[in-house]
Amino acid sequence: MSAYTLKIRRFDPETGDTARWQDFDVDLAPERSVLDGILQAKDREDASIWIRCSCRAAICGSCSVKINGKTGLACNTRISDAAADAKNGSIVVEPMGNMPVIKDLIVDMDAVHWKKVQRVIPWLLPEGDPPEREYIVPAESMIDITQSMACIQCGACVGACLSLEVDPDFIGPAALAKAYRFVGDPRDGATEDRLVDLAEDPHGLYDCTHCFACVEVCPKDVAPMNQIMRMRRQATSDYEIKDNNNGYGHEKAFVGLIEKYGTLHEAQLLPRSFGDGSLVKGQTDPKAVKQLVEALPTAIRGVKSGKVSPLKALIHHKLPDQKQVRRIFHEIESKDERLELNMYIVGEVGGSNPDLDETAPAMGETGDEG
Amino acid sequence: MPQHDVLVIGAGLAGQRAALAAAEQGVSVGILSKVHPVRSHSNAAQGGINAALNPEDSWESHAFDTVKGSDYLGDQDAIEIMCREAPEEILRLEHLGVTFHRNAEGKLGTRAFGGASAARTYYVADITGQAILHVLYEQMMKHSDDVDRFEEYFTTALVQDDDGRIAGCVARNMRDGTMELFTAKKVILASGGNGQVFSPTTNALICTGDGIAMAYRVGAPLMDMEMIQYHPTTLAGLGLLITEGARGEGAHLYNAQGERFMERYAPNKMELASRDVVSRAEQTEINEGRGFPDGTVALDITVVPRKRIQEALREIVLVGRDFANVDITKEPIHIKPGNHYVMGGVRTDIDGQTPVESLYAAGEVACVSVHGGNRLGANSLLDTLIFGRRSGEHAATQAKQMSMPRPSTAHLADEQALIAEITGRDRTGRRVSEIKADLGAVMDKYAAVFRDEEGLTIALGRMRELKEEAKTVATDDKGTVFNQDVLGALELGFMLDNAECIVMGAIERKESRGAQYRTDYPDRNDEEWIKHINLTRNGDGPAISYSDVTMTQWEPQERTY
Repeated sequence: MSAYTLKIRRFDPETGDTARWQDFDVDLAPERSVLDGILQAKDREDASIWIRCSCRAAICGSCSVKINGKTGLACNTRISDAAADAKNGSIVVEPMGNMPVIKDLIVDMDAVHWKKVQRVIPWLLPEGDPPEREYIVPAESMIDITQSMACIQCGACVGACLSLEVDPDFIGPAALAKAYRFVGDPRDGATEDRLVDLAEDPHGLYDCTHCFACVEVCPKDVAPMNQIMRMRRQATSDYEIKDNNNGYGHEKAFVGLIEKYGTLHEAQLLPRSFGDGSLVKGQTDPKAVKQLVEALPTAIRGVKSGKVSPLKALIHHKLPDQKQVRRIFHEIESKDERLELNMYIVGEVGGSNPDLDETAPAMGETGDEG
Repeated sequence: MPQHDVLVIGAGLAGQRAALAAAEQGVSVGILSKVHPVRSHSNAAQGGINAALNPEDSWESHAFDTVKGSDYLGDQDAIEIMCREAPEEILRLEHLGVTFHRNAEGKLGTRAFGGASAARTYYVADITGQAILHVLYEQMMKHSDDVDRFEEYFTTALVQDDDGRIAGCVARNMRDGTMELFTAKKVILASGGNGQVFSPTTNALICTGDGIAMAYRVGAPLMDMEMIQYHPTTLAGLGLLITEGARGEGAHLYNAQGERFMERYAPNKMELASRDVVSRAEQTEINEGRGFPDGTVALDITVVPRKRIQEALREIVLVGRDFANVDITKEPIHIKPGNHYVMGGVRTDIDGQTPVESLYAAGEVACVSVHGGNRLGANSLLDTLIFGRRSGEHAATQAKQMSMPRPSTAHLADEQALIAEITGRDRTGRRVSEIKADLGAVMDKYAAVFRDEEGLTIALGRMRELKEEAKTVATDDKGTVFNQDVLGALELGFMLDNAECIVMGAIERKESRGAQYRTDYPDRNDEEWIKHINLTRNGDGPAISYSDVTMTQWEPQERTY
């Protein structure tokens, strides 16, 4: 047994008081969880502390909170680890961000998380009548979408999402990961419609800023950002969806600039991102001119801060061995299929089950990339 | 005041399946759950769902395995229905979008499971229950106009009309503490099991036997309540589950001396014998001093190829890592038998109807009985879906021919008064949590894998004392918004009713069958005890009666694995 102090953010809407912090001393074996600590405080000192919790095993997704500022499940955060991270000796426990607090550690998930899930048409839309028996689909496709199926809807990623903090209308990591569960499902008949819908939504696919916060906090390795990026690649490369948000142009411009210079040519990224990912085409597109003018303050800030200089804007240096970068591009583009990163499946190839040996090589390919 | 043709209480697999099936019949449907539906404990079913879907397999084989697994206490007519309808249900789930594992040809692939004579368990990695639950919830979102969802509504009591028919329930909106009388022509209980009566348990904190107790309180008979499954592989202390799928994938059990001890208990099926058999074997090893000092034996998953573990047993890799600090791909993990499932429950027929008019039950809350004395792994998901659907369909069809009942609003006032009375109490004794901890420890000590008259009698005495104590338990929380404390006091009352019935049933059954092992009656006694024990409320305790076990084509045989 070791002693720990939990500093819990308390809020009771019925009192009219503002939120306050309350310390609770608990003693637990170091391998027990922060949830066990909270439950002990509830059991011994004050049964009115409220946290949603049920399974204690990171499967029901109820107990997402912020622990020392980091979002995660209280039940699978070891109390000794949390104590090691704690500043001033107290483990700080507070409700998740980006969602209204109802009481103590409870947030209103319906108002944010579930509303966004509902937004992505979260059910299978098969084409035509189902077959007499099961749909025949590649084994690896089911394992692939099982990564997003593994989502327990705990909302940790929603609570930690920086884009959501800036744009509360962003569909968000959990709902977009849910969307991939259908986009990636070969049984779904609305893949392109779904991608167009999400790409054209100003708060959709291209609203993610690639910050990895959702990947980091997810307790189930769903890696929502990866699912978002995969949908972007499908939207641009497979379906060539030229969206109003210039997501398509931005990706083309980004990839094109790297291929040419090896490093990011920041001064050209902005203008090239409009239209078709090309400076010339971008500027001749009438819609792009308006957007370019709107982007002028950003460009000026870039110059002021020294991020871009007028000289560098015209002449961007290339990497000394730019040929190697081109070689990588060539190597990747010469493959028939796009290589997709699925960090869910790892481990070496092989197995004793004959049923699985068949599928193992296919899985191995994915695994090796991870 | 909400009114529905069919009202479902509980939104796990059985509840959601029942609600969707009822809605398909075109009646109005409401579903209540004390947690958001995807938090339901169906989530925790890891290993898979059984069905004889392969052309080489047969439903008769599945049914026989189930009958044998039940130690001949299951009703064979119900088992036949479940096994016959299983393949169609699996395909239906697949069509709705469940991401079932595929074989190399892209068809549904299977894994082996305990007590089964063929590999007929369909699965999604080791998150099968979660995957199915979330897909059903996708359908609930799709059919939002057809099914009214009341999420985070705690049902406090079933309501009867003046003729004794079930006419709805009273529930509390946990968000704001308001209470409402829900009127319905038919009520389907799908509120799950009662594992929290024991400590430790694999069950979630919400599994407090609410529905079992509420049905009991309106006079519905509970059946075979003594049949409590201890799962062979749970973590010591916390009680968390390690899927039977691990053994299905080839993992071995060892005692502290390094012996693969199942050779002595089930030489043919080894680790894949029925759960009751494996749990007893483990407990025998532990009791006879061949376990580890922490009262466990070892489960060695390292014999399963690492890649296969990552792909098919991913959840328990995380459980090992997060809750036991063990990398199961590299070293054995210490496990012991732990409370997992109640085979008994509210007695129903094959359409989910209980003897109380207009009350149905499906899933773990119910006892059809398809599991008898011991449930086979991967049959529980099947039970929830088959009998959830059948209940929903039957209730909807019947509801069409009825008029809406008019229960008295006095029921609502009674429940409101009860809650006000509880929150108004001043503390004079122990908290809910302390009484609950006591209850769990007593049950785990006296009503676990091995039982005898002496211990069970002690347990029954303790139950009655705790029941008295619970009548005056006070709460810290006096508020209305998410007052879990007062709901915890209600749950405690439900749990104590459950516990009393479990112990009464265990005392009554003077033989060893399935999960009930009486050291004072170590043999199965087919002459006297192939019968169900029914417990019906009689004043403050249960009255005992018996009912026949339905036999169709399988005569009792000696049970070896």
